[in-house]
Amino acid sequence: MSEAMNVYPEVTTSHAVHHDEHHVHHHKETFITKYIFSQDHKTIGKQFLITGIIWAIIGGLFSVLFRLQLGYPDQTFPILETFFGKWARGGQIQPEFYYALITIHGTVLVFFVLTAGLSGTFANILIPLQIGARDMASPFLNMLSYWFFFMASVVMFSSLFITTGPASGGWTVYPPLSALGQALEGSKLGMDLWLISMALFVVSSLLGGLNYISTILNMRTKGMSMTRMPLTIWAMFFTAVLGVLSFPVLLSGAILLLFDRNLGTSFYLSDIVVNGEILPNEGGSAILFQHLFWFLGHPEVYIILLPAMGMVSEILSVNSRKPIFGYMAMLGSLFAICILAFLVWAHHMFVTGLNPFLGSIFVLLTLLIAVPSAIKVFNWLTTLWRGNIRFTPATLFAIGFVSLFISGGLTGIFLGNSTIDIHLHDTMFVVAHFHIVMGVASMFGMFAGVYHWFPKMFGRYLNSTLGYIHFWVTMVGAYLIFWPMHYQGLAGMPRRYLDKSSWVSFTQFGELDKMITIVSIIVFAVQLMFVFNFFYSIFKGRKVTTTNPWGANTLEWTTPIRPGHGNWEGEIPEVHRWAYDYGKDGREFIPQTEPIGENESKH
Amino acid sequence: MQTFFIVAILVLGFLITFQIAKASEYVAVLRGEEKARKQTNRINAFMLLMFLIIGLIGVYYCNEKLKGKILGTPASDHGVLIDRMLYITLAITFVVFIITQVALFWFSFKYQHSDKRKAYYYPHNNKLELIWTVVPAIALTVLVGFGIFYWFKITGKAPKNAMEVEVIGSQFKWEYRYPGKDKIFGKKYYKKTDEAKANPLGQLWDDPANHDDIYIAGDALHLVVNKPVRMIINAKDVIHDVGLAHFRMKMDAVPGTPTTMWFTPTKTTKQMIEETGNPDFVYEISCDQMCGKGHTGMRGTIIVETQEELDAWLAGKKPQYLAANPDKDPSVKKDTTAAVKPVAAVMNQ
Repeated sequence: MSEAMNVYPEVTTSHAVHHDEHHVHHHKETFITKYIFSQDHKTIGKQFLITGIIWAIIGGLFSVLFRLQLGYPDQTFPILETFFGKWARGGQIQPEFYYALITIHGTVLVFFVLTAGLSGTFANILIPLQIGARDMASPFLNMLSYWFFFMASVVMFSSLFITTGPASGGWTVYPPLSALGQALEGSKLGMDLWLISMALFVVSSLLGGLNYISTILNMRTKGMSMTRMPLTIWAMFFTAVLGVLSFPVLLSGAILLLFDRNLGTSFYLSDIVVNGEILPNEGGSAILFQHLFWFLGHPEVYIILLPAMGMVSEILSVNSRKPIFGYMAMLGSLFAICILAFLVWAHHMFVTGLNPFLGSIFVLLTLLIAVPSAIKVFNWLTTLWRGNIRFTPATLFAIGFVSLFISGGLTGIFLGNSTIDIHLHDTMFVVAHFHIVMGVASMFGMFAGVYHWFPKMFGRYLNSTLGYIHFWVTMVGAYLIFWPMHYQGLAGMPRRYLDKSSWVSFTQFGELDKMITIVSIIVFAVQLMFVFNFFYSIFKGRKVTTTNPWGANTLEWTTPIRPGHGNWEGEIPEVHRWAYDYGKDGREFIPQTEPIGENESKH
Repeated sequence: MQTFFIVAILVLGFLITFQIAKASEYVAVLRGEEKARKQTNRINAFMLLMFLIIGLIGVYYCNEKLKGKILGTPASDHGVLIDRMLYITLAITFVVFIITQVALFWFSFKYQHSDKRKAYYYPHNNKLELIWTVVPAIALTVLVGFGIFYWFKITGKAPKNAMEVEVIGSQFKWEYRYPGKDKIFGKKYYKKTDEAKANPLGQLWDDPANHDDIYIAGDALHLVVNKPVRMIINAKDVIHDVGLAHFRMKMDAVPGTPTTMWFTPTKTTKQMIEETGNPDFVYEISCDQMCGKGHTGMRGTIIVETQEELDAWLAGKKPQYLAANPDKDPSVKKDTTAAVKPVAAVMNQ
């Protein structure tokens, strides 16, 4: 798989080539060093993005397949047997297949798309460009970060093709289910591959994260104090900190699980009789894994969400032609979320037999997160208020993000309250909640980022008509899919059930499930249209003709239209002000590079 | 064939959309980009407003259609508390939802680009920011307060008169154990588990407390109405979860680490049949924690009845001790013909 090779727009244009001669790090570049083993942060960002897109297609396709089962449990689809053989015997999705699909869907979207594909892409592309650096602190480690991600992808992808199938114990891979091959087909070789892939992924994420942090702390251009940085950079910074502190814990959890699986240790196993076979393991704790997993797992949702928040702040401000409201409060709330993210993990475990007193502490800390979240929402609303808003596709996705973040955030107040969580835990309510607030909202942030910075990445625009169709179908579809799903959860319908026909309590939603399935197929088709738009526009999109197409203040728009390795020709510009002087003193925007005027008003 | 047509239609639809999108880009260039941009800006602003209005109507419609399907009133005392907490939260969050969503889409519509307006330079306002830090904080304090109050009620010590029952999950079934007359569960050790020797739970027969324990499998769990029940929950192989949607209760079953939960059922099964108008109504135990390929079908049932009905039902059950040790069974001793002995007992000898 060589996604990297797809990125060669610069060869197709004549004017882009010459500036290579000016820039500082001039050295001879071959095709391989420029597009495959590239150390240019922009190329690495594109590599992350394109790999992420490929994974998103796979993950999205899986969701369509299991939605088919959920919407039409009695129907057979012979075409599935043609493609998947024994996994869809008689055209019906078999339980093992269903669980493999949801597990890989979750794993891939959480880690490969919304972690690597989102912060991998935008941290790489935006950090050096927006702080005024020629590249990352260590371009080589940055390159390694991508290639570790690539290896993780290869291992995960290969696990889809083995006889016993990929990991299928859910993306949270709770042992003992994930530890015992006797209990589940997917817990045989597939689970080992899952764990190896995750270990490689953690390495990738750490190499990337350390690089982002040191770049932001050390390589800002002259005048770019920390509080003059755009909020995107702050968000990437906190994301990287979260990742560096929490991913090692996942790694430790995964390694112990590997030991339990292959070396006969008993970290997570105790008192087990599986299929009549009495296992020797005693004294382990299955709950220990959940602590380790969620100590990463909860910060992980903020690793997914924070970059989207940062980009949305930037895009809303640029396109409403107004400064972001309450920069310091935005920064403070990012910081608060970052701290609290580490103190709430056990709210995923209220019904595991957790000590009720401990549970109550986690209720308090969990609901505290709503305060910084509320601050952010109100600040975004005030940013729009009395603005002069341009609805580019990026703006629309940013507005959609805020709407989804509100909806999904509010249902979080239900689940974070242990009393209500007793009833709603592990039901479809949870599925609806996290898909809206973390899945779709972050996807919206990512789309906003892609539409907004595509001109910087490829020197061309995405087709905006397709962009508008993409936005509206996805927005309406997201609500149609996930809003009514809350009601299934309120009825107590458990998640991860592939057929409710044998139950008395959960059969009342058949029509609803059909509707959701149809809408998700339509939404998926529209995402494919976006992917087409993306690749088509790389080569054939309308060309960008000015360096600053959005009239934005930040530094990336002071570089040439197609910046070479090193970003700026000649000196890196000096920064004299914060990034949000829009609409000040009657001027539409004042770039960060412009010195403060004598008569300029203070804010 | 049908699939082929669907794919063909999708591809065709896509091609048409794409051609229109491409053409609209050229048209925009021809007509003057600025003009075209302003027009799409107006269209999108209008659509955002429409999305708000139709969306809110949709929220109402969805609620009208689905509110009757969410299980009705709770059938346990804790369920009442949980539902109350749910509705308190719903009330508060719904107000916030309406205010913020209306503001978001209304501002987007109202402040769409216009040549006449200049964006208002408004970088911060400490007073406003203080307000929307403090107000959510107060609202959340209320929610946390109620939540923790109810949480301690629900997870606190079970009343003294509570009956106890053990619930054991394994792939993909539920088994139960009643403590018998002595009200004490006999000791277990998982390595003694042996289905062939009629000891599916690994009970230690040396422990006299085990001698009257009643083991139930393949039957409903029977509980008494208005009598608190404390469940001791365990799993044999992987993590399961005792999910009781009608009682609004839930607790994981973890191998190696027993968990407990208690509640008081307040409606008999017969009452619920009348209330729901569904003659097939039965309380169900759903496994709520992914446990393997049969997870979907890991179903148990509960019958809530009067104390007399329970006593009568239990009286018909034999302690598992006698099944595993038929030589100790007075009823078996009387007729010595091997034919009536259970198969498992024969293998035991």
